[in-house]
Amino acid sequence: MNFDFSEEQFLLRDQAKKFLGDRSSPDVVRAVLEDDDKSYDETLWREMAELGWTGTTIPEEYGGAGMSGEDLCVIAEELGRSLAPTPFSSSVYLATEALLMAGNEDQKQEYLPALAAGEKIGCLAVSEGVGVANAASVKMRAGDGTVDGTKVPVADGDIADFAIVPARTGSGDDLSLFIVDLNGSGVSRKAVETVDPTRSHAEISFENAAAEPLGAPGDGWSIVQRVFDRAAILMAFEQVGGAQACLEMATDYAKNRFAFGRAIGSFQAIKHKLADIYIATELARANAYYGAWALTTDAPDLSIAAAAARVAASEAYNLAARENIQTHGGMGFTWEFDCHLYYRRAKLLSLALGGERRWKDRLISQLEARNSTGEE
Amino acid sequence: MDFNDTAEEAEFRAEARDWLAENAERKTPGKVYKYKRGEPELIPAARAWEGEKFAGGFSGIALPKEYGGRGGTRLQQIIFGEEELNYLIPPPIFSISHGMAVPTMLTYATEEQKQRYVPATLKGDQIWCQLFSEPAGGSDLAGLRTRSVRDGDDWIINGQKIWTSGAHYADMAILVTRSDPDAPKHKGLTYFFLDMTSPGIEIRPIKQVSGYANFNEVFMTDLRIPDSQRLGDVGQGWQVAITTLMNERVSSGIRPAPDFEDIFQLARDTELEDGPAIADAAVREKLADWYIKAQGVKLLRARLMTALSRGERPGPENSISKLVSSFRRQEIAHFGMDLMDMSGAMMDPDKVPSRALYQQALLDSPGGRIAAGSDEILRNIISERVLGLPPDIRVDKELPFNQLPSGSE
Ligand SMILES: Cc1cc2nc3c(=O)[nH]c(=O)nc-3n(C[C@H](O)[C@H](O)[C@H](O)COP(=O)(O)OP(=O)(O)OC[C@H]3O[C@@H](n4cnc5c(N)ncnc54)[C@H](O)[C@@H]3O)c2cc1C
Repeated sequence: MNFDFSEEQFLLRDQAKKFLGDRSSPDVVRAVLEDDDKSYDETLWREMAELGWTGTTIPEEYGGAGMSGEDLCVIAEELGRSLAPTPFSSSVYLATEALLMAGNEDQKQEYLPALAAGEKIGCLAVSEGVGVANAASVKMRAGDGTVDGTKVPVADGDIADFAIVPARTGSGDDLSLFIVDLNGSGVSRKAVETVDPTRSHAEISFENAAAEPLGAPGDGWSIVQRVFDRAAILMAFEQVGGAQACLEMATDYAKNRFAFGRAIGSFQAIKHKLADIYIATELARANAYYGAWALTTDAPDLSIAAAAARVAASEAYNLAARENIQTHGGMGFTWEFDCHLYYRRAKLLSLALGGERRWKDRLISQLEARNSTGEE
Repeated sequence: MDFNDTAEEAEFRAEARDWLAENAERKTPGKVYKYKRGEPELIPAARAWEGEKFAGGFSGIALPKEYGGRGGTRLQQIIFGEEELNYLIPPPIFSISHGMAVPTMLTYATEEQKQRYVPATLKGDQIWCQLFSEPAGGSDLAGLRTRSVRDGDDWIINGQKIWTSGAHYADMAILVTRSDPDAPKHKGLTYFFLDMTSPGIEIRPIKQVSGYANFNEVFMTDLRIPDSQRLGDVGQGWQVAITTLMNERVSSGIRPAPDFEDIFQLARDTELEDGPAIADAAVREKLADWYIKAQGVKLLRARLMTALSRGERPGPENSISKLVSSFRRQEIAHFGMDLMDMSGAMMDPDKVPSRALYQQALLDSPGGRIAAGSDEILRNIISERVLGLPPDIRVDKELPFNQLPSGSE
């Protein structure tokens, strides 16, 4: 039993924390928030790529660092803490994971080195508008080497070089995955406004757009689901990092803000609120750590671990972000103060990959499946 | 990171499992131990179970062999605790004895006293109770009033304790008293241990919400305790009590019943209007929340094990587990009964699922949120000791104890 990261991982974390504290400061995040023409911080993205983060889990033969899922979790937590305004989750947790999982050799050769170097940005486009973004909701059609339809919202869809999209093939219900060059003909995209402008989103229309198959025909949704499971764990670390940042911010404020002649942090209503955030965050962290281990060892209960980490982390971050504003009083409700940056991000992350309700349902389905096969 | 046992841990776990498989009946969903709290047969059965564990080398696992322990590690103790919970064993009659009295004795008693009391406790021959809380306050332990006055080689004790679990069957007790009412409240306390058959002790059971009487009022009238049974210095009782309570927090293996697995099973067995309860979205949401909490607490125990294996001292973070688990137990009890609809009101073990586990937990679970640090006190501990928030404004720290306001009683 070793419930902890390794020495090297602690070093990685310190390095990441220091780097991001500097390069992804609130001013950097705010610059993306306040400038409508800025989708992400390009300098930060380039520097992250230079540090090798974009290629963390890509094998060395494809230009990556060949590190483990756990290492990526360490980085993810710090990205979440610092609200890094980059397409990291789309390109690394989703596009890269999908290519590693389902790409053929040519595709890996073509895309992975460019993804590792941060030269190409990938995204995964699933949702087609209002409603649960599940397999049944996909209307996009695939023809002979082309796709037609609209995806919205697509995280980082406005800046990505390519998208991975599930689309219907033939006449049946089969879904298959395709890679589409977003700079190619037949693709038009426009940015869509979201609750968190520090992470850009787009609506992408495909009209006879050239598409190359990824993975076996008909496997589309099962690949998406497996990619989502893995991404859920990585994103849980971002969420835990964000929740921790809120807890620290609120605790700090509570110690220094005085009312009625004493620190507001001496009022139990505030103390107990912060204790509850701490508890939720630690439970989420514990579930995320287990997820990290499952990710790295490809454990049989990976989907259970992923759903548990996802649910716990979404709840913790939303709670922490919301009560952080409350703890700050009027100050917390201002544009000037940073509380809302976390509040926005918390909600955004808990909707990306599908909302809490859906993941709770999935958690129970996975537990039922485990139970009926008699596995422990 | 590694959530599997190390080779050594696995070896010990296998040994524990083998021994348990031979000596106890494995738990299956819905099945409960043959005697409930409050049934007279329970106490001898619990003593016998401790005796068996002692003989098998699984009592006092982390304690030195010279005092009857196994000479193993805290980690092994936690592993055994985890495994033991998969079997039908008596409810924890010995948790105060093992979790509080023994560590306190080992820290403060004389060598001769350790030899005399510790092995006897591990064998199941001696059960201890904890004479701490008083009518004037449980959370505010340092507000206690039971007086101790020195008389030659003895101390004379007068006062009243309350909520003392198991006083009616305990052989021995740990006791905190006020030896100096002129000193500030934390500075005038003195700590003892005593034989519960000493003259001057009167025990009156208090009936609990659940109907049976596991805790008691204990009246002490001119009770004599030899000075040799004082633990720690005169006036140092608060420090000794802290030792006792810190060990309480670490004593592992709290697993509330019913817990996630029970309600998960119940949801699969229960038919609602449109099919099994497990298919109902509202039920699934609740189940998911309880799963992440139960799993989170289990994983935090893994964190505790890691800390112990590195020789670190468990910190106040571990207050989370009891706080989260006792609350979850109450919620699950309520929800399980709700799934049973009108029939959920029945307490008859032959008529409702799991032999009325949920109904019993309904009536028993409020106590878990009060005993051993209430929800509110644990949140204070987390916010002050973990997050570093300022303590409450205190009006009682510097004044002499006998000048403190006390409210009406
Ligand atoms: C089942 C059970 C078994 C027990 N067994 C034993 C035993 O064996 N030995 C023993 O010595 N005691 C025992 N106790 C007593 C237990 O330790 C006390 O009941 C507990 O500490 C609370 O004290 P109290 O009952 O005096 O309530 P109070 O301390 O009066 O508390 C009443 C309410 O006020 C809240 N409160 C008190 N202080 C604060 C504060 N500073 N901040 C916020 N809220 C506060 C509490 O959380 C609670 O909600 C047992 C209790 C129970 C329920």
